[in-house]
Amino acid sequence: MPDTETLAPEKPAQSDAPEQVLVFEDVSIYFEDHPVLQNVSFEVYRGQTRILLGPAGVGKSVLLKLANGLLKPDAGRIFLFGQDISRLSEDELLHLRGRVGMVFQESALFDSLDVEDNVAYRLEEEHVPAQECADRVLEALRFVELEHTLQKFPSELSGGMRRRVAIARAIISKPDLLLYDSPTGGLDPITSTTIIELVVKQRDFYGTTAMLVTHRLQDAFVLATHYYDAEKKSMQPIPNNGLNANTSFLVLNDGKVVFDGSTQELVHSNDPFLKEYLS
Amino acid sequence: MQEYTLLSVQAFGNLFRRPFYGADLITQADSIGVGSLPIVILTGFFTGGVLALQSASTLAQFGAKAVTGELVSLSMIKELGPVLTGLMLTGRNASGMASELGSMQVSEQIDAMRALGTDPVKKLVTPRVIATIVMSFFLTIISDLVGIAGGGAVSISLLGLDASQYFHTAYQTLQYPDIIQGLLKPVFFGFIISTVGCFFGMTTKGGTQGVGKATTQAVVVASVCIIASDFILSRVLIGIFGR
Repeated sequence: MPDTETLAPEKPAQSDAPEQVLVFEDVSIYFEDHPVLQNVSFEVYRGQTRILLGPAGVGKSVLLKLANGLLKPDAGRIFLFGQDISRLSEDELLHLRGRVGMVFQESALFDSLDVEDNVAYRLEEEHVPAQECADRVLEALRFVELEHTLQKFPSELSGGMRRRVAIARAIISKPDLLLYDSPTGGLDPITSTTIIELVVKQRDFYGTTAMLVTHRLQDAFVLATHYYDAEKKSMQPIPNNGLNANTSFLVLNDGKVVFDGSTQELVHSNDPFLKEYLS
Repeated sequence: MQEYTLLSVQAFGNLFRRPFYGADLITQADSIGVGSLPIVILTGFFTGGVLALQSASTLAQFGAKAVTGELVSLSMIKELGPVLTGLMLTGRNASGMASELGSMQVSEQIDAMRALGTDPVKKLVTPRVIATIVMSFFLTIISDLVGIAGGGAVSISLLGLDASQYFHTAYQTLQYPDIIQGLLKPVFFGFIISTVGCFFGMTTKGGTQGVGKATTQAVVVASVCIIASDFILSRVLIGIFGR
């Protein structure tokens, strides 16, 4: 397997003023008159990894779908790369989504396509030449260490492998924003660690802005306390109990943001809900 | 109803917008057209046969057994060919579309498609609608021909009718309005089958149970719509052509 160092990042240098990638302004959404999210506001800046925590059924996945324009808010505004997506038509959104990669909760791989075609899907839609397409598919699959599964169908893969293919599909276009919807949900601890390692690798290697939904606290804290060591080709704890400065938390409860801040602030919060949730 | 109308309009509007998914259209045409050929041939053949068998005994009472070919030909081309082909396509394809798209919907594959920058209506619905309309048209022609042949086989082998007389009367009785009626109906039926199937698939909710429900609803609604629209179309076309 070739070194991951060959996967040179193609990111522009970070400017001094942090660029807002995603902004929620007083966003509310209702399903059949039932409020799912109410007046949710937060920002995601370039290079940041925001971890979205909260109990099951609180609206975390809905929030990610709103961020990608897959759902429309009933109130408030959502800015993606500076554009108010709540006002964009579906055609305009389809174009904008070219800059966003999304990993779905259950992988959402296309059953009728093999791994190669699943990963290549976006490139084929963009009519990328066949050879370039094949090279980039291989590159993305090497990143998730699944280059041997090219001709397999999703039904032939394990749950963890499907998530890794979903990650490969999301990163193949080198997106400016990655949205992970419970990438470790329903997986065993070892496989979960493999997936989180890939998220850390993507964060530290490419520096892609990301938003990750999870209800597994251990995964969230691994993300905040580990870095990817390119030499050892594995995830390592940040020395001296350090924390990743670009990783911060957002906690939802009852459809509202109850916490928005750093790892330190989260663990030292005196909020009764957060204390109970983290305990 | 609003959502159904919107989906139908979008499906047709996509014909004039890029990209055009030609490969998907061919795949669907193969699946719907070639895949449905055996059931359409079998249904057409035996319907023509039983039509000859049943009508010959009644016609014989009036000394008109010789016009069995005429009756089979007109019945098959104006009514039974289009309707039975439509119902067979509903059973096989409306259910297939609803369950396939429904499964994609509940497993978030439709959302994934949108997230990957593809319009699912353009990619999934438009090819199915166009393929069903085109294939329904040609399958009906095959059903008509096979039905007349089936009626002929029964008339000649079991009823002792003369082959040339059967086929001569079957051919001579047909006029252009009959052919037009018989070929217009499958276009409408193809539209109903595909849009209803895709609509229930694309609006599936509630996991695997929802997929089953959507499939059943698609078959029931499309079947009823075909029979109801057949009556309306027949009335309108008879009004226009006078036969």
